[in-house]
Amino acid sequence: MNTPLLQFTHRGIYCAPAKVYLDPWKPVDKAIISHGHADHSRWGHKSYITHHKNVPIVKHRLGDVNITGKAWGETFTINGVTFSLHPAGHIIGSSQIRVAHKGEVWVFTGDYKLEDDGLATPYESIKCHTFITECTFGLPAFLWTPQKEVFTDINQWWAENKANGQTSVLFGYSLGKAQRLLKHLDPSIGKIYTHGAVENMTAVLRPLATFPQTELITRDTKKEDIKGNMVIAPPSAHGSTWIRKMTPFVTASASGWMAFRGARRRRAIDKGFVLSDHCDWPDLLKAIKNTGAEKIICTHGYTDIFSKYLRELGYDARTEQTQYGEEEGPVSLEEGNTELTGEHANQ
Amino acid sequence: MKQFATLIKTLDSTNKTTKKVEALANYFARAKDADKVWTIAILSHRRPPRPVNTTLLREWAAELANIPLWLFEESYHIVGDLAETIALVVPAGETSSEKSLTVFLEEMIALKPKEEADKKAYLFENWRQLNYYERFVFTKLITGGFRIGVSQKLMTRALSKATGIDEDVLAYKLMGNWDPNTISFQDLVLEEKESDYLSKPYPFYLAYAVEGEVEDLGAVSNWSFEHKWDGIRCQVIIRNDELFVWSRGEELVTDKYPEFQKFVGPIPNGTVLDGELLPYVNGELGTFNDLQTRIGRKTVSKNLLVKTPVILKAYDVLEWKGKDIRTKTFVERRKILEQLFRTIPVISGGAEQDRTEQLPLLLSERMEFKSWEEVAQERNRAREMRSEGLMLKRKDSPYQVGRKKGDWWKWKVDPLTIDAVLTYAMRGHGRRSNLFTDYTFALWQENNEGKKELVTFAKAYSGLTDKEFKEVDAWIKKNTLERFGPVRSVTPHHVFEIAFEGIAFSKRHKSGVATRFPRILRWRKDKKIEEANGLEDLKALISPSPQSTPQKEEEAKNTKE
Repeated sequence: MNTPLLQFTHRGIYCAPAKVYLDPWKPVDKAIISHGHADHSRWGHKSYITHHKNVPIVKHRLGDVNITGKAWGETFTINGVTFSLHPAGHIIGSSQIRVAHKGEVWVFTGDYKLEDDGLATPYESIKCHTFITECTFGLPAFLWTPQKEVFTDINQWWAENKANGQTSVLFGYSLGKAQRLLKHLDPSIGKIYTHGAVENMTAVLRPLATFPQTELITRDTKKEDIKGNMVIAPPSAHGSTWIRKMTPFVTASASGWMAFRGARRRRAIDKGFVLSDHCDWPDLLKAIKNTGAEKIICTHGYTDIFSKYLRELGYDARTEQTQYGEEEGPVSLEEGNTELTGEHANQ
Repeated sequence: MKQFATLIKTLDSTNKTTKKVEALANYFARAKDADKVWTIAILSHRRPPRPVNTTLLREWAAELANIPLWLFEESYHIVGDLAETIALVVPAGETSSEKSLTVFLEEMIALKPKEEADKKAYLFENWRQLNYYERFVFTKLITGGFRIGVSQKLMTRALSKATGIDEDVLAYKLMGNWDPNTISFQDLVLEEKESDYLSKPYPFYLAYAVEGEVEDLGAVSNWSFEHKWDGIRCQVIIRNDELFVWSRGEELVTDKYPEFQKFVGPIPNGTVLDGELLPYVNGELGTFNDLQTRIGRKTVSKNLLVKTPVILKAYDVLEWKGKDIRTKTFVERRKILEQLFRTIPVISGGAEQDRTEQLPLLLSERMEFKSWEEVAQERNRAREMRSEGLMLKRKDSPYQVGRKKGDWWKWKVDPLTIDAVLTYAMRGHGRRSNLFTDYTFALWQENNEGKKELVTFAKAYSGLTDKEFKEVDAWIKKNTLERFGPVRSVTPHHVFEIAFEGIAFSKRHKSGVATRFPRILRWRKDKKIEEANGLEDLKALISPSPQSTPQKEEEAKNTKE
């Protein structure tokens, strides 16, 4: 049997003919990176290839690494294997990685969603033979409502809190979710304050998109000024001493996990908004169908359950162990992103 | 329904008790009377019987969601709540129902005797139409068990806020046996009626555990002591030649304990006793494990009555000659109780007694001590006395309502502990859904070939911090050996120190031992599994008693076969 075009090794997804890794979790010579979240773009590789828009994110997180930016659909060949990056719609600069060799096409999604969030370049369906997909929310219990409705709810919540003299503290991961929230909050309700981690990451992304004005909360920020306004912070800020400055406040989290009442109650958060940067159940099935692929490999999420269902639908589907995402549960509210390095140490 | 679903949504959207009370009080101020009665009933666990069994619910939900049943089951294991799973997987309806909560409940009651096809049509119609929250609430009403972080106490407080009626009075009114289908809000809450009070118990006075040092409670001479009996806390009411037995869970359990019917007559009408219901086998107190055989049964066989009779160990009297005497001091109330005991034929010790003339009643002996050291010594005798420790009651205290600090304290003996190996894990429910937090533990035992193997002995799901649970959860997911539905077997690797209150031989358990209130005391990361205890170590903790030695167990088994 021929060696498959992409193999799952202890270092990451490996393309042997090209000697290149996709989103490796151990240091390698050459890595193609799908997007900037910590579980996909890691330290220590000798060279990085990623989309142009992801370059500043990776540099912000990992420092001055040896990195090359590519455009959407731009093909590049390494040892005879053709690679190209295509929008994944997950966060700004997130790509699917297409790998073609001797007539065989594989696509690795990294993380993705089909809904246009108005910020990330919208997902583009790529035909392939083998589709390597995440399935973070690969259960029929996950069905998202359109983001327009969710943001109507979020803005309404903010306005109500303001009317009650309370500050709204909204938790979202500092890369991706925080900017998506920012983009769609209604600045006519009040001012938007930020936690340092959110402010820094947003500053990196401001050249790539337009965001409303934000104000960083510092030691000098006056308590009275914050009252009734919006504060965006990473989930790790919940329960910290930092947050006391916002008193009186109410908390909310925006995440796909908020679909479960238990997940919200466990975190002792007042309000949960179901807003995810991953596919829900119908979108996963739709994406897979549209690729035309017969072979499906599930990398992270509810992989066992999801791949079993795909087999019942007639796909040749299996699971491969990777180090993407947390395990299958909402251990943190990060939607599968393990790390909050340096964001809010030891809170 | 819209109003009730909005209430549940509001309760769900806050983590603060004051906000919850406010939302409930607003609801009680605005809702229709019939809906209010049903809301009180639901929040105090008086739901109507389930009209459709859960097997059918699961099949039908899977059918409507167009997914295989196994996939529905997997989703349910992860979501952790059946109604929530159904509300999530069936295609979203968008409409809101104008029908009231009462109408829905009446429909559900009417649904129970109907044909399966009618039931299915009813469910499909509502699942298809209702929006997410109404669909969730609707299904929750059908599955029952409305636990949404609102205790009865919290609900009572809100009702008090909305009606202006004193909270304690309300707690008293809402107790007991009332049918939401027939009672009006006026009758249940607003109206004062003497005849209604015939079966009604008083709210139990509950003790807190001693904090810090007992010496801080002041002069030992101010205190009266009793053993803390390990049975079921009960109020026994004799009024108008009728008997009512209430458990602490405010459940009327009169029918489960027919031996207490003997109280009617010898004990004068207008008497309410507070005490502990205990098994009394062969002339002495049994263990909680003995009692287990009685708790679940609604009808009691003659055989069981002979095998495991129960008695009431009385410690207080709340009503005497038809008068509420809770404001009298503890010592005064005890004088009345002890006087009563002198006038009635209660149990006397010894196995060979003919008990036909005796009432199944014992006095919880009152003790006084000269020093706190003496108290501590008595506490050390707890296991020997078949008690959980001591009760400390201030001599001049009234009988209060609910859990109040100051006058009554419980001072339990330190728990027994053993080091055991984690062998199975299951996902939790509610706020712990999707996390592996329910664990099974095992101890070493030599098998027939002289090899050591692990034998399951207890389940525990409390005692770790959220952070530790997360850590164990992540480990379990990486070290799963096999899956059995929601349960996973894991590589034996971690040792935990398990604490428990009591222990007895048991035929119902694989290990041959039953532990009471097992919980995790510590994660012993310093120990290897080889260092965990053996089943023999556990058995050695069982205090000797005539009816629970292994020998007797063996004999009992033999005679049975």
